[in-house]
Amino acid sequence: MRVGEPGRLGCTRAGPASRVALKVNGVLESIEVDHRTSLLDLLRERLDLTGTKKGCDAGACGACTVLVNGDRVNACLTLAVRLQDAEITTVEGLATADDDLHPLQQAFIDHDAFQCGFCTPGQIMSGIGCIEEGHTGSAEEIREWMSGNICRCGCYVNIVRAVEQTAHAR
Amino acid sequence: MYPFSFTKVSDTQGALAAGRRGGRYIAGGTTLVDLMRETVERPETLVDISALPLREVTVTERGGLRIGALVRMAEAAAHPKVRALYPVISQALELSASAQLRNMATIGGNIMQRTRCTYFRDVTAACNKREPGSGCAALQGFNRTHAILGTSDQCVATHPSDVAVAFAALEARVHLLGPDGARSVAFADFLLRPGSTPNREQALRQGELITSVEIPAHPRPLKSGYLKVRDRQSYEFALTSAAVALHLRGGVIHEAKVAAGGVGTVPWRLPEVERHLIGERPSPALWTQAAQQAAHEARPLEHNRFKIELLQRTVERQLRIVGGTP
Repeated sequence: MRVGEPGRLGCTRAGPASRVALKVNGVLESIEVDHRTSLLDLLRERLDLTGTKKGCDAGACGACTVLVNGDRVNACLTLAVRLQDAEITTVEGLATADDDLHPLQQAFIDHDAFQCGFCTPGQIMSGIGCIEEGHTGSAEEIREWMSGNICRCGCYVNIVRAVEQTAHAR
Repeated sequence: MYPFSFTKVSDTQGALAAGRRGGRYIAGGTTLVDLMRETVERPETLVDISALPLREVTVTERGGLRIGALVRMAEAAAHPKVRALYPVISQALELSASAQLRNMATIGGNIMQRTRCTYFRDVTAACNKREPGSGCAALQGFNRTHAILGTSDQCVATHPSDVAVAFAALEARVHLLGPDGARSVAFADFLLRPGSTPNREQALRQGELITSVEIPAHPRPLKSGYLKVRDRQSYEFALTSAAVALHLRGGVIHEAKVAAGGVGTVPWRLPEVERHLIGERPSPALWTQAAQQAAHEARPLEHNRFKIELLQRTVERQLRIVGGTP
Protein backbone atom coordinates (compact mmCIF):
# COMPACT_ATOMS: atom_id res chain seq x y z
CA MET A 1 0.00 0.00 0.00
CA ARG A 2 1.29 3.40 -0.98
CA VAL A 3 1.49 6.43 1.26
CA GLY A 4 -1.50 8.65 0.73
CA GLU A 5 -3.59 5.93 -0.90
CA PRO A 6 -7.10 7.27 -1.57
CA GLY A 7 -9.89 6.00 0.64
CA ARG A 8 -7.56 4.68 3.31
CA LEU A 9 -6.63 6.04 6.71
CA GLY A 10 -4.06 8.76 6.17
CA CYS A 11 -5.05 9.29 2.56
CA THR A 12 -4.66 13.01 3.02
CA ARG A 13 -1.00 12.59 3.91
CA ALA A 14 1.32 14.52 1.68
CA GLY A 15 2.68 12.93 -1.45
CA PRO A 16 5.71 14.10 -3.40
CA ALA A 17 5.76 17.89 -3.80
CA SER A 18 7.62 20.54 -5.79
CA ARG A 19 7.97 24.29 -5.69
CA VAL A 20 6.34 26.23 -8.50
CA ALA A 21 6.57 29.94 -9.29
CA LEU A 22 3.73 31.49 -11.25
CA LYS A 23 1.93 34.81 -11.65
CA VAL A 24 -1.68 35.02 -10.54
CA ASN A 25 -3.48 38.22 -11.55
CA GLY A 26 -0.12 39.91 -11.90
CA VAL A 27 1.20 38.81 -8.49
CA LEU A 28 4.20 36.49 -8.43
CA GLU A 29 3.60 33.48 -6.17
CA SER A 30 6.08 30.79 -5.21
CA ILE A 31 4.43 27.79 -3.56
CA GLU A 32 5.31 24.24 -2.59
CA VAL A 33 2.57 22.02 -4.07
CA ASP A 34 1.74 18.35 -3.68
CA HIS A 35 1.91 17.08 -7.28
CA ARG A 36 -1.77 16.15 -7.11
CA THR A 37 -2.84 19.76 -6.58
CA SER A 38 -4.96 21.18 -9.38
CA LEU A 39 -4.73 24.82 -10.36
CA LEU A 40 -8.32 25.07 -9.13
CA ASP A 41 -7.44 23.88 -5.63
CA LEU A 42 -4.30 26.00 -5.59
CA LEU A 43 -6.39 29.11 -6.28
CA ARG A 44 -9.17 28.30 -3.85
CA GLU A 45 -7.39 26.54 -0.99
CA ARG A 46 -3.92 28.08 -1.00
CA LEU A 47 -4.34 31.57 -2.46
CA ASP A 48 -7.82 32.25 -1.08
CA LEU A 49 -9.10 33.17 -4.54
CA THR A 50 -12.52 31.55 -4.26
CA GLY A 51 -14.08 33.31 -7.25
CA THR A 52 -13.11 30.37 -9.45
CA LYS A 53 -15.68 27.66 -8.72
CA LYS A 54 -15.44 23.88 -8.40
CA GLY A 55 -18.42 22.35 -10.15
CA CYS A 56 -17.66 18.87 -11.46
CA ASP A 57 -13.88 18.66 -10.92
CA ALA A 58 -13.78 16.58 -14.11
CA GLY A 59 -13.64 18.97 -17.05
CA ALA A 60 -17.35 18.59 -17.73
CA CYS A 61 -18.89 21.91 -16.64
CA GLY A 62 -16.60 24.90 -17.16
CA ALA A 63 -17.20 26.48 -13.73
CA CYS A 64 -13.44 26.56 -13.09
CA THR A 65 -12.48 28.28 -16.36
CA VAL A 66 -9.48 30.62 -16.01
CA LEU A 67 -6.93 32.03 -18.43
CA VAL A 68 -3.48 30.42 -18.51
CA ASN A 69 -1.05 32.48 -20.60
CA GLY A 70 -4.10 34.09 -22.18
CA ASP A 71 -5.93 30.90 -23.13
CA ARG A 72 -9.13 29.77 -21.43
CA VAL A 73 -8.69 26.35 -19.82
CA ASN A 74 -10.28 24.11 -17.18
CA ALA A 75 -8.38 24.74 -13.93
CA CYS A 76 -9.64 21.43 -12.49
CA LEU A 77 -7.69 19.42 -15.09
CA THR A 78 -4.56 21.56 -14.86
CA LEU A 79 -1.89 20.29 -12.47
CA ALA A 80 -0.37 23.23 -10.60
CA VAL A 81 3.10 21.68 -10.67
CA ARG A 82 3.12 22.08 -14.47
CA LEU A 83 2.63 25.86 -14.32
CA GLN A 84 6.20 27.07 -13.73
CA ASP A 85 6.41 30.68 -15.08
CA ALA A 86 2.77 30.66 -16.22
CA GLU A 87 0.53 33.72 -16.03
CA ILE A 88 -2.92 33.05 -14.65
CA THR A 89 -5.92 35.36 -14.80
CA THR A 90 -8.95 34.63 -12.63
CA VAL A 91 -12.24 36.47 -12.24
CA GLU A 92 -10.67 38.42 -9.35
CA GLY A 93 -8.13 39.85 -11.77
CA LEU A 94 -10.61 41.47 -14.16
CA ALA A 95 -11.68 44.64 -12.36
CA THR A 96 -9.31 47.60 -12.62
CA ALA A 97 -7.54 49.14 -9.65
CA ASP A 98 -10.33 51.66 -9.09
CA ASP A 99 -12.84 48.79 -9.08
CA ASP A 100 -14.29 49.39 -12.52
CA LEU A 101 -15.82 46.14 -13.63
CA HIS A 102 -14.61 44.46 -16.81
CA PRO A 103 -17.07 45.20 -19.65
CA LEU A 104 -18.20 41.57 -19.70
CA GLN A 105 -18.82 41.59 -15.94
CA GLN A 106 -20.95 44.72 -16.43
CA ALA A 107 -22.73 43.10 -19.38
CA PHE A 108 -23.67 40.09 -17.23
CA ILE A 109 -25.35 42.52 -14.81
CA ASP A 110 -26.94 44.53 -17.64
CA HIS A 111 -28.45 41.44 -19.24
CA ASP A 112 -29.34 39.54 -16.06
CA ALA A 113 -27.13 36.72 -17.30
CA PHE A 114 -27.12 34.72 -14.06
CA GLN A 115 -29.44 33.44 -11.38
CA CYS A 116 -27.62 31.45 -8.70
CA GLY A 117 -24.27 32.81 -9.88
CA PHE A 118 -22.27 29.64 -9.40
CA CYS A 119 -21.25 29.23 -13.03
CA THR A 120 -20.86 32.96 -13.62
CA PRO A 121 -17.09 33.39 -13.00
CA GLY A 122 -16.41 30.52 -15.39
CA GLN A 123 -18.87 31.91 -17.93
CA ILE A 124 -17.19 35.31 -17.77
CA MET A 125 -13.65 33.94 -18.12
CA SER A 126 -14.81 31.72 -20.96
CA GLY A 127 -16.62 34.65 -22.58
CA ILE A 128 -13.41 36.69 -22.50
CA GLY A 129 -11.63 33.82 -24.26
CA CYS A 130 -14.46 33.49 -26.77
CA ILE A 131 -14.28 37.20 -27.63
CA GLU A 132 -10.45 37.14 -27.87
CA GLU A 133 -10.63 34.14 -30.21
CA GLY A 134 -13.10 35.98 -32.41
CA HIS A 135 -15.91 33.45 -32.20
CA THR A 136 -18.69 35.98 -31.75
CA GLY A 137 -19.95 36.33 -35.33
CA SER A 138 -23.48 35.26 -34.48
CA ALA A 139 -25.55 34.10 -31.52
CA GLU A 140 -25.21 30.57 -32.89
CA GLU A 141 -21.42 30.81 -32.99
CA ILE A 142 -21.31 32.20 -29.45
CA ARG A 143 -23.50 29.33 -28.24
CA GLU A 144 -21.21 26.74 -29.84
CA TRP A 145 -17.98 28.31 -28.56
CA MET A 146 -19.45 28.86 -25.07
CA SER A 147 -20.81 25.31 -24.84
CA GLY A 148 -18.02 24.28 -22.46
CA ASN A 149 -19.83 26.22 -19.72
CA ILE A 150 -22.96 24.63 -18.31
CA CYS A 151 -25.54 26.84 -16.56
CA ARG A 152 -27.88 24.84 -14.42
CA CYS A 153 -30.27 27.80 -14.12
CA GLY A 154 -30.58 28.01 -17.91
CA CYS A 155 -29.44 31.62 -18.41
CA TYR A 156 -28.02 30.88 -21.85
CA VAL A 157 -30.07 33.43 -23.78
CA ASN A 158 -28.88 36.28 -21.57
CA ILE A 159 -25.30 34.96 -21.42
CA VAL A 160 -25.20 35.08 -25.22
CA ARG A 161 -26.54 38.67 -25.13
CA ALA A 162 -23.87 39.71 -22.62
CA VAL A 163 -21.10 38.23 -24.78
CA GLU A 164 -22.58 39.83 -27.91
CA GLN A 165 -22.75 43.27 -26.28
CA THR A 166 -19.15 43.09 -25.10
CA ALA A 167 -17.83 41.79 -28.42
CA HIS A 168 -19.58 44.50 -30.41
CA ALA A 169 -18.48 47.29 -28.05
CA ARG A 170 -14.81 46.59 -28.74
CA MET B 1 -5.70 10.64 -6.61
CA TYR B 2 -2.66 8.53 -5.85
CA PRO B 3 0.62 10.34 -5.17
CA PHE B 4 3.15 10.45 -7.98
CA SER B 5 6.58 11.84 -8.69
CA PHE B 6 6.89 14.45 -11.39
CA THR B 7 9.54 15.40 -13.90
CA LYS B 8 9.54 17.82 -16.81
CA VAL B 9 11.77 17.00 -19.77
CA SER B 10 13.19 19.45 -22.30
CA ASP B 11 14.13 17.13 -25.17
CA THR B 12 13.03 13.82 -26.68
CA GLN B 13 16.08 11.96 -25.38
CA GLY B 14 15.21 12.99 -21.83
CA ALA B 15 11.63 11.94 -22.44
CA LEU B 16 12.63 8.51 -23.75
CA ALA B 17 14.97 7.96 -20.82
CA ALA B 18 12.16 8.77 -18.37
CA GLY B 19 9.71 6.69 -20.40
CA ARG B 20 12.05 3.71 -20.37
CA ARG B 21 12.10 3.91 -16.56
CA GLY B 22 8.31 3.54 -16.57
CA GLY B 23 7.35 7.22 -16.55
CA ARG B 24 3.97 8.12 -17.97
CA TYR B 25 3.90 10.92 -20.53
CA ILE B 26 1.55 13.84 -19.93
CA ALA B 27 0.78 16.49 -22.55
CA GLY B 28 -2.61 18.24 -22.30
CA GLY B 29 -3.62 16.00 -19.43
CA THR B 30 -7.34 16.37 -20.07
CA THR B 31 -7.91 12.61 -20.02
CA LEU B 32 -5.09 11.50 -17.76
CA VAL B 33 -5.68 13.92 -14.85
CA ASP B 34 -9.40 13.20 -14.94
CA LEU B 35 -8.82 9.44 -14.77
CA MET B 36 -6.15 9.81 -12.08
CA ARG B 37 -8.70 11.63 -9.94
CA GLU B 38 -11.11 8.73 -10.51
CA THR B 39 -8.19 6.41 -9.57
CA VAL B 40 -8.68 4.57 -12.87
CA GLU B 41 -5.17 5.67 -13.80
CA ARG B 42 -2.47 5.33 -11.14
CA PRO B 43 0.88 6.35 -12.64
CA GLU B 44 3.83 6.39 -10.23
CA THR B 45 5.69 8.98 -12.29
CA LEU B 46 4.44 11.67 -14.65
CA VAL B 47 6.75 12.96 -17.37
CA ASP B 48 5.70 16.36 -18.66
CA ILE B 49 6.50 16.45 -22.37
CA SER B 50 4.84 19.79 -23.18
CA ALA B 51 8.20 21.50 -23.80
CA LEU B 52 9.28 19.06 -26.53
CA PRO B 53 9.63 20.53 -30.04
CA LEU B 54 6.65 18.67 -31.52
CA ARG B 55 4.37 21.61 -32.23
CA GLU B 56 4.75 22.13 -35.98
CA VAL B 57 2.18 21.67 -38.71
CA THR B 58 4.00 21.16 -42.01
CA VAL B 59 3.05 20.31 -45.58
CA THR B 60 5.08 17.26 -46.61
CA GLU B 61 7.12 17.07 -49.82
CA ARG B 62 4.48 14.83 -51.35
CA GLY B 63 1.73 17.31 -50.52
CA GLY B 64 0.37 15.66 -47.42
CA LEU B 65 0.33 17.12 -43.94
CA ARG B 66 2.31 16.39 -40.80
CA ILE B 67 0.81 17.47 -37.49
CA GLY B 68 3.14 17.46 -34.48
CA ALA B 69 1.98 15.39 -31.52
CA LEU B 70 1.96 18.41 -29.21
CA VAL B 71 -0.07 20.68 -31.48
CA ARG B 72 -3.13 21.54 -29.45
CA MET B 73 -6.53 20.64 -30.84
CA ALA B 74 -7.50 24.31 -31.11
CA GLU B 75 -4.30 25.15 -33.01
CA ALA B 76 -4.66 22.23 -35.41
CA ALA B 77 -8.31 23.05 -36.12
CA ALA B 78 -7.55 26.70 -36.85
CA HIS B 79 -4.39 26.08 -38.89
CA PRO B 80 -4.89 27.49 -42.41
CA LYS B 81 -3.31 24.46 -44.09
CA VAL B 82 -5.51 22.04 -42.16
CA ARG B 83 -8.61 24.08 -42.97
CA ALA B 84 -7.73 24.36 -46.64
CA LEU B 85 -6.51 20.83 -47.33
CA TYR B 86 -8.52 18.70 -44.90
CA PRO B 87 -11.67 20.39 -43.60
CA VAL B 88 -12.74 17.00 -42.23
CA ILE B 89 -9.94 17.32 -39.64
CA SER B 90 -10.85 20.88 -38.65
CA GLN B 91 -14.52 20.00 -38.37
CA ALA B 92 -13.89 16.85 -36.33
CA LEU B 93 -11.69 18.83 -33.94
CA GLU B 94 -14.07 21.75 -33.54
CA LEU B 95 -16.97 19.40 -32.87
CA SER B 96 -14.95 17.80 -30.04
CA ALA B 97 -15.03 18.62 -26.33
CA SER B 98 -15.18 22.34 -25.52
CA ALA B 99 -13.13 25.42 -26.40
CA GLN B 100 -11.34 25.17 -23.05
CA LEU B 101 -10.44 21.50 -23.48
CA ARG B 102 -9.33 22.09 -27.07
CA ASN B 103 -6.95 24.76 -25.79
CA MET B 104 -5.33 22.14 -23.54
CA ALA B 105 -5.56 18.80 -25.34
CA THR B 106 -3.02 17.75 -27.97
CA ILE B 107 -3.26 15.72 -31.17
CA GLY B 108 -1.08 12.93 -29.73
CA GLY B 109 -3.11 12.87 -26.54
CA ASN B 110 -6.35 12.89 -28.47
CA ILE B 111 -5.63 9.59 -30.19
CA MET B 112 -4.34 8.17 -26.88
CA GLN B 113 -7.48 9.10 -24.95
CA ARG B 114 -9.32 6.35 -23.09
CA THR B 115 -12.92 5.30 -23.56
CA ARG B 116 -15.82 7.17 -21.94
CA CYS B 117 -17.52 3.86 -20.96
CA THR B 118 -19.03 4.59 -17.55
CA TYR B 119 -18.09 1.14 -16.25
CA PHE B 120 -14.45 1.70 -17.19
CA ARG B 121 -14.53 5.01 -15.32
CA ASP B 122 -16.23 3.49 -12.25
CA VAL B 123 -13.58 1.60 -10.26
CA THR B 124 -16.30 -0.38 -8.44
CA ALA B 125 -17.56 -1.95 -11.70
CA ALA B 126 -16.19 -4.99 -13.53
CA CYS B 127 -14.05 -3.90 -16.48
CA ASN B 128 -11.58 -6.05 -18.41
CA LYS B 129 -9.96 -2.95 -19.83
CA ARG B 130 -9.18 -1.52 -16.40
CA GLU B 131 -8.67 -4.82 -14.60
CA PRO B 132 -8.09 -7.76 -16.96
CA GLY B 133 -10.19 -10.79 -16.07
CA SER B 134 -12.72 -8.93 -13.93
CA GLY B 135 -15.48 -9.08 -16.55
CA CYS B 136 -17.47 -6.50 -18.51
CA ALA B 137 -20.33 -4.77 -16.70
CA ALA B 138 -21.48 -3.13 -19.94
CA LEU B 139 -22.45 -6.42 -21.61
CA GLN B 140 -25.47 -6.84 -19.33
CA GLY B 141 -25.55 -3.25 -18.13
CA PHE B 142 -26.72 0.03 -19.57
CA ASN B 143 -25.05 -0.09 -22.97
CA ARG B 144 -26.95 2.43 -25.08
CA THR B 145 -23.78 4.37 -25.98
CA HIS B 146 -21.52 1.36 -26.52
CA ALA B 147 -20.04 -0.13 -29.67
CA ILE B 148 -21.80 -2.25 -32.30
CA LEU B 149 -18.67 -2.91 -34.37
CA GLY B 150 -15.35 -4.50 -33.43
CA THR B 151 -16.60 -5.71 -30.07
CA SER B 152 -15.62 -8.89 -28.26
CA ASP B 153 -17.07 -10.84 -25.35
CA GLN B 154 -14.45 -9.03 -23.24
CA CYS B 155 -15.19 -5.40 -24.13
CA VAL B 156 -17.77 -3.28 -25.98
CA ALA B 157 -16.39 0.19 -25.23
CA THR B 158 -16.17 2.78 -28.01
CA HIS B 159 -13.13 4.83 -28.88
CA PRO B 160 -14.28 8.39 -28.11
CA SER B 161 -12.15 10.49 -30.45
CA ASP B 162 -13.61 12.43 -33.37
CA VAL B 163 -10.41 13.42 -35.13
CA ALA B 164 -9.25 9.79 -35.02
CA VAL B 165 -12.20 8.99 -37.29
CA ALA B 166 -10.94 11.58 -39.77
CA PHE B 167 -7.40 10.14 -39.46
CA ALA B 168 -8.75 6.63 -40.13
CA ALA B 169 -10.61 7.80 -43.23
CA LEU B 170 -7.58 9.68 -44.57
CA GLU B 171 -5.23 6.70 -43.99
CA ALA B 172 -2.96 8.60 -41.65
CA ARG B 173 0.33 7.28 -40.27
CA VAL B 174 1.49 7.70 -36.68
CA HIS B 175 5.17 8.53 -36.28
CA LEU B 176 6.79 7.13 -33.15
CA LEU B 177 10.11 7.51 -31.41
CA GLY B 178 11.31 4.88 -29.00
CA PRO B 179 14.39 3.43 -27.36
CA ASP B 180 15.06 1.51 -30.61
CA GLY B 181 14.69 4.59 -32.82
CA ALA B 182 11.95 5.98 -35.02
CA ARG B 183 9.22 4.03 -36.79
CA SER B 184 5.79 4.72 -38.21
CA VAL B 185 2.55 2.75 -37.99
CA ALA B 186 -0.52 2.93 -40.19
CA PHE B 187 -3.34 4.53 -38.24
CA ALA B 188 -5.48 1.47 -38.89
CA ASP B 189 -2.90 -0.61 -37.00
CA PHE B 190 -2.21 1.92 -34.25
CA LEU B 191 -5.46 1.61 -32.32
CA LEU B 192 -6.24 -1.98 -31.35
CA ARG B 193 -9.59 -3.75 -31.18
CA PRO B 194 -10.21 -5.24 -27.74
CA GLY B 195 -10.26 -8.94 -28.69
CA SER B 196 -9.12 -10.86 -25.62
CA THR B 197 -6.80 -8.06 -24.42
CA PRO B 198 -8.93 -4.89 -24.06
CA ASN B 199 -6.29 -3.44 -21.73
CA ARG B 200 -3.95 -3.14 -24.76
CA GLU B 201 -5.26 -0.17 -26.71
CA GLN B 202 -2.40 1.01 -28.94
CA ALA B 203 0.45 -0.60 -30.83
CA LEU B 204 2.97 1.22 -28.65
CA ARG B 205 6.08 -0.25 -27.09
CA GLN B 206 7.27 0.65 -23.60
CA GLY B 207 8.49 4.23 -23.51
CA GLU B 208 7.56 5.07 -27.11
CA LEU B 209 6.50 8.60 -27.86
CA ILE B 210 4.16 9.83 -30.59
CA THR B 211 6.02 12.53 -32.51
CA SER B 212 3.48 13.36 -35.24
CA VAL B 213 0.50 12.20 -37.24
CA GLU B 214 1.00 12.32 -41.00
CA ILE B 215 -1.83 12.61 -43.50
CA PRO B 216 -0.73 11.30 -46.89
CA ALA B 217 -1.32 13.32 -50.03
CA HIS B 218 -4.70 12.70 -51.61
CA PRO B 219 -5.70 13.63 -55.15
CA ARG B 220 -7.03 17.19 -55.46
CA PRO B 221 -9.59 18.60 -55.30
CA LEU B 222 -10.64 16.62 -52.25
CA LYS B 223 -13.99 17.47 -50.71
CA SER B 224 -14.26 16.37 -47.12
CA GLY B 225 -16.24 16.89 -43.94
CA TYR B 226 -17.32 15.44 -40.61
CA LEU B 227 -20.82 14.94 -39.23
CA LYS B 228 -21.45 14.19 -35.55
CA VAL B 229 -24.75 12.99 -34.11
CA ARG B 230 -25.26 13.15 -30.35
CA ASP B 231 -27.75 13.57 -27.52
CA ARG B 232 -27.02 17.28 -27.24
CA GLN B 233 -25.71 19.60 -29.88
CA SER B 234 -22.35 20.43 -28.37
CA TYR B 235 -19.83 19.38 -25.68
CA GLU B 236 -20.89 15.75 -25.97
CA PHE B 237 -19.48 12.53 -27.40
CA ALA B 238 -20.82 11.00 -30.60
CA LEU B 239 -23.59 8.43 -30.76
CA THR B 240 -22.63 8.11 -34.41
CA SER B 241 -20.39 10.15 -36.67
CA ALA B 242 -19.09 10.04 -40.23
CA ALA B 243 -15.90 11.31 -41.83
CA VAL B 244 -16.16 11.49 -45.62
CA ALA B 245 -13.60 12.52 -48.25
CA LEU B 246 -14.40 12.38 -51.97
CA HIS B 247 -12.37 13.10 -55.10
CA LEU B 248 -14.40 13.52 -58.29
CA ARG B 249 -13.07 13.73 -61.87
CA GLY B 250 -15.39 14.46 -64.77
CA GLY B 251 -18.38 13.98 -62.52
CA VAL B 252 -17.26 10.49 -61.45
CA ILE B 253 -16.13 9.48 -57.95
CA HIS B 254 -12.47 8.43 -58.25
CA GLU B 255 -11.62 8.27 -54.58
CA ALA B 256 -13.89 7.74 -51.58
CA LYS B 257 -12.75 7.57 -47.97
CA VAL B 258 -15.39 6.92 -45.34
CA ALA B 259 -15.08 6.13 -41.62
CA ALA B 260 -17.49 6.14 -38.71
CA GLY B 261 -17.20 7.09 -35.05
CA GLY B 262 -19.27 6.38 -31.96
CA VAL B 263 -20.04 2.88 -33.20
CA GLY B 264 -16.75 0.99 -33.11
CA THR B 265 -14.27 -0.12 -30.48
CA VAL B 266 -11.83 1.75 -32.75
CA PRO B 267 -12.52 4.37 -35.45
CA TRP B 268 -14.34 2.32 -38.08
CA ARG B 269 -13.33 2.45 -41.72
CA LEU B 270 -16.17 1.50 -44.09
CA PRO B 271 -14.57 -0.13 -47.18
CA GLU B 272 -17.87 -1.58 -48.46
CA VAL B 273 -19.38 1.89 -48.54
CA GLU B 274 -16.30 3.16 -50.38
CA ARG B 275 -16.42 0.32 -52.94
CA HIS B 276 -20.03 1.18 -53.65
CA LEU B 277 -19.06 4.75 -54.53
CA ILE B 278 -15.95 4.33 -56.68
CA GLY B 279 -16.59 4.80 -60.39
CA GLU B 280 -20.14 6.05 -59.87
CA ARG B 281 -21.77 9.41 -60.49
CA PRO B 282 -23.24 11.15 -57.44
CA SER B 283 -26.99 10.76 -57.01
CA PRO B 284 -29.37 10.58 -54.07
CA ALA B 285 -29.94 6.89 -54.83
CA LEU B 286 -26.18 6.22 -54.77
CA TRP B 287 -25.78 7.84 -51.34
CA THR B 288 -28.66 5.74 -49.98
CA GLN B 289 -27.37 2.47 -51.44
CA ALA B 290 -23.78 3.06 -50.31
CA ALA B 291 -24.83 4.00 -46.78
CA GLN B 292 -26.84 0.78 -46.51
CA GLN B 293 -23.46 -1.02 -46.41
CA ALA B 294 -22.32 0.87 -43.30
CA ALA B 295 -23.52 -1.47 -40.57
CA HIS B 296 -23.67 -4.92 -42.12
CA GLU B 297 -21.18 -6.38 -39.60
CA ALA B 298 -22.91 -4.75 -36.62
CA ARG B 299 -23.61 -6.74 -33.47
CA PRO B 300 -25.96 -4.63 -31.36
CA LEU B 301 -26.38 -4.94 -27.61
CA GLU B 302 -29.60 -4.67 -25.63
CA HIS B 303 -29.84 -0.87 -25.66
CA ASN B 304 -27.98 0.25 -28.78
CA ARG B 305 -29.76 -1.43 -31.70
CA PHE B 306 -30.87 2.06 -32.77
CA LYS B 307 -27.27 2.81 -33.76
CA ILE B 308 -27.55 0.59 -36.86
CA GLU B 309 -30.09 2.80 -38.60
CA LEU B 310 -28.64 5.95 -37.07
CA LEU B 311 -25.23 5.07 -38.54
CA GLN B 312 -26.68 4.41 -42.01
CA ARG B 313 -28.52 7.72 -41.92
CA THR B 314 -25.47 9.56 -40.62
CA VAL B 315 -23.29 8.20 -43.44
CA GLU B 316 -25.97 8.90 -46.05
CA ARG B 317 -26.43 12.48 -44.90
CA GLN B 318 -22.70 13.15 -44.84
CA LEU B 319 -22.23 11.66 -48.31
CA ARG B 320 -24.95 14.04 -49.50
CA ILE B 321 -23.36 17.02 -47.71
CA VAL B 322 -19.85 16.35 -49.05
CA GLY B 323 -20.77 14.93 -52.45
CA GLY B 324 -23.65 17.25 -53.16
CA THR B 325 -26.83 16.29 -54.88
CA PRO B 326 -26.63 16.94 -58.60
